[in-house]
Amino acid sequence: MAETIVSQINRSAAQMNATVLANKRVGQYHQIVFGIGDLVKSCRPGNFVAIKVGGESSRMILRRAFAISRVAESVSFGGTMELIVAPHGTGSKWLCAQAEGAEIDIVAPLGTAFGIPTEPVKALLVGGGYGSAPLFGLAEVLKTRGCKVDMLLGASTGGKIYAPMEGKRSVNSLKIYTEDGTMGETGRVTEPIKTLIENREVDVIYSCGPMGMLSAISALTAGTDVVHQCAVEEAMACGIGICMTCVLPVMGEDGKIAMLRSCIDGPVMDGAQVQWQLVGQVPEGTP
Amino acid sequence: MAAGWPSSGRHTLNTFDFSTTLGNAYFNTPIFTASGCASSGKELAQFFDLRDIGAVVTKSVMNKPRYGRPTPRMAETPSGMLNSIGLQGPGIDAFLANDVPWLIEQNSKVIVSIAGETVEEYATLARKVRSVVGISALEVNISCPNVENRGLVFACDPEASRRVIDGVRRTIGGEIPIIAKLSPDVTNLPDIARGVVDAGADALALINTVLGMVINLDSMRPHLGGKTGGLSGPAIRPVAVRAIYQVHAVLPNVPILGMGGVSSGRDALELILAGASGVSVGTASFGNPSAVIEIQRELQDLLIAKGFPSLKSAVGYAHRAEEL
Repeated sequence: MAETIVSQINRSAAQMNATVLANKRVGQYHQIVFGIGDLVKSCRPGNFVAIKVGGESSRMILRRAFAISRVAESVSFGGTMELIVAPHGTGSKWLCAQAEGAEIDIVAPLGTAFGIPTEPVKALLVGGGYGSAPLFGLAEVLKTRGCKVDMLLGASTGGKIYAPMEGKRSVNSLKIYTEDGTMGETGRVTEPIKTLIENREVDVIYSCGPMGMLSAISALTAGTDVVHQCAVEEAMACGIGICMTCVLPVMGEDGKIAMLRSCIDGPVMDGAQVQWQLVGQVPEGTP
Repeated sequence: MAAGWPSSGRHTLNTFDFSTTLGNAYFNTPIFTASGCASSGKELAQFFDLRDIGAVVTKSVMNKPRYGRPTPRMAETPSGMLNSIGLQGPGIDAFLANDVPWLIEQNSKVIVSIAGETVEEYATLARKVRSVVGISALEVNISCPNVENRGLVFACDPEASRRVIDGVRRTIGGEIPIIAKLSPDVTNLPDIARGVVDAGADALALINTVLGMVINLDSMRPHLGGKTGGLSGPAIRPVAVRAIYQVHAVLPNVPILGMGGVSSGRDALELILAGASGVSVGTASFGNPSAVIEIQRELQDLLIAKGFPSLKSAVGYAHRAEEL
């Protein structure tokens, strides 16, 4: 079974200026590679990075959080970190416009990591939109542990599927679902999961994507032996645990609900503990 | 003393006196964290040594554990942000048992911030804080904007402010200084400041966040779960400078812990010149986990470059008589 989700309060985090080594458009996204030196040694699948955007005189005062897609070490570039960025808001557009050689202020690695099983298990990786990005790095690690790795990717439309050629080599199977049918099967990525669980084809589900998708997967794994480790997405101001804005209601071992910070108690959380029906509300009673 | 331009560098890092006092509490440096922007210190300890700054001001804690407000709790605004946390916290007993001992073990100076819903709750909190050795000062937050009823923002009402501070003063005795944290969202801030000082506050914390709102253009409703939120960041710095200047003008002997949008050494100096004896760094830590220590270094360099022999000699310097 998967080990417990690795929690740490910023223990491996460092702030540094990272150089943009590559920035290329991949469909609707940008694949950006940063040189981060020895910091790669501390990065685990599921961790995220908080990036200062907009330059020195920017009116954007908060960092932007991105899941680390992959890290690598090579002789020519040293340690590198890859991000998949959707140029949607002002901050992410600024980041996507950065040219090779630009120096970017980053804080990484932050947050919890996906728990890696100690024995070979049947793992199902489920990604929604560019939420698939960190799953390819995870798939590589799971493969080295002898796991069977199947992947399901979904999005509203084909242009929003992120599935790089090289990533496909690290999975046993890859199925794509789009709601408009422009790529892969027509429908939602959660549709085949029920059958996979019933047929005992999965021990652990790792997921990353919109909250609705994570909630739906938790509903499917409820009452089964399948472990669901999900990387949540909440608006963060700081990314390091001091602002208390990114909280989610999570059931503790004591049976009480706590509002946990998705930056330091997440982003990877146990999907069975997150109280999805209470997201955006305040639990009744006192903590 | 040079009036605004660098002197010939008579003062160096070795001779410069950076210390400050708030009431009878002494601090090696005048730069602090701001309540609600450093949690209980552990999170920032990875980025700098907490002993190197003036003090850690902990997140305002209430008597009972509290969930706070629903999400979304945050909205970025031009050069600022709105927050609507609603005083989420573990409650004073768990806080004093778990968080304060860790800070004291680190040899960090600690200022505990408390918030209550009634005059009695503040007194209860003060009594519990008093029982713990090693706390340098008590911040009494009577101005959190994220409560259900604006009528409960004590700092908007001179009489209510006075009663809270009076109750805390009677409970805490003279052991540690009381810092009353006030809101800028009032018509006559000097009046409220004078009231809490008369009631026994040793120092004032100026300013809490400014009440604001963002409307989401997708939902076309207030974006924050709590609808309104507190505006912080560089956008409110001029409000802080004004508030500190106004209060220092009428209460020149009352130390002020200044805060509001400070994100560089020059910003901190602005608040000090207006009358602050210390400066808390809040929202800047969200964008830069090293902000507190960087601002402290910049401030010290700037004070030395301006020719000040000490931090204290710069406090309120903007109020000096016109040079002839």
